[in-house]
Amino acid sequence: MEIEPPWKVRRKVVVKAEDITNPDYGCMPEKRPIQDYLANGIINLDKPQGPSSHEVVAWVKRILNVEHAGHSGTLVARAEEILV
Amino acid sequence: MTGVLPVALEDATKIAQALLLAGKEYVCVMRIHSKVSEEKVRRIMSEFIGEIYQRPPLVSSVRRNLRKRTIYYIDNIEFQNEHILFRVGCQSGTYIRKLCFDMGEALGCGVHMAELRRTRAGPFTEDNRLVTLYDLNDAYLSWREDGDESRLREVVQPMENALSYIPKIYIRDSAVDAICHGADLALPGVLRFESGIEPRDLVGIFSEKGEIVAIGEAKMSWRKMVSLDRGLAVEISRVIMPCGTYPPMWRRRSGSSHMQGTEIKG
Repeated sequence: MEIEPPWKVRRKVVVKAEDITNPDYGCMPEKRPIQDYLANGIINLDKPQGPSSHEVVAWVKRILNVEHAGHSGTLVARAEEILV
Repeated sequence: MTGVLPVALEDATKIAQALLLAGKEYVCVMRIHSKVSEEKVRRIMSEFIGEIYQRPPLVSSVRRNLRKRTIYYIDNIEFQNEHILFRVGCQSGTYIRKLCFDMGEALGCGVHMAELRRTRAGPFTEDNRLVTLYDLNDAYLSWREDGDESRLREVVQPMENALSYIPKIYIRDSAVDAICHGADLALPGVLRFESGIEPRDLVGIFSEKGEIVAIGEAKMSWRKMVSLDRGLAVEISRVIMPCGTYPPMWRRRSGSSHMQGTEIKG
């Protein structure tokens, strides 16, 4: 029995109401000023063989000079075990 | 393991949970311990497509209860002597090492995982701006030293891209700040939504500008969202946008019935 993976599911957009957005507030994600863009950013990183995901994240923090960074398993300790 | 490892920066770490739950795809090489016909291997492997049961390995961070996981597909199977290469699409939390071991048990000859590369985590694939640590370093330096931010904008993506496969609901500007303050989303605040949403589905709540506001659990199906005018649409589980990004257009005291599209908890 084959189950469709989430990335093959096709959805259509249903319009319930129309409204305009005030340009004075918020910002389109691609247009954020560079500092905000980084602070709200995600990297599709090609993890090299060898170092753990945790070590790789530590390098990313050092390279980009950011305080916080996390890979997709940071909410659980030893995420590597879960994700592999 | 090598391959796709999405890394979230600063405030984007709040969406890590959504990515953790996203499906994965791997390319794996396993080593078979004695000779078995290709035909038998293909047949046994195809039996692992669908729902499978796995017990987490001895060394793991979760309770070792038997758990159910979905294998979406196993394909591109290739043989070379004792090595078998294949691609597998699976639900998050599937142990590929364990999958190989269990396939070996089913074959009756023993198998172990030799190499693993992740080729997808949610919407992130090898074709979607996959970057190395070197790319990252170069891009950062060209911003810092030459003031050119264009490469940095290439290697880093907006966190919203991580949510492309989570069903989306777009809301009015006037509903945004209330959601940021912990209100749930009621139907009058909704502008657009994607088909297929069912109660309990994880959904992303977006502003008209496409910014992620919060992540929550749908409380009604998309068909009800079409036909109804009022009612609780989404219970918020995680607010992403900081309060005050949009102006407050709701009243704290006078009761939820006066607000457009939101209901304050408690």
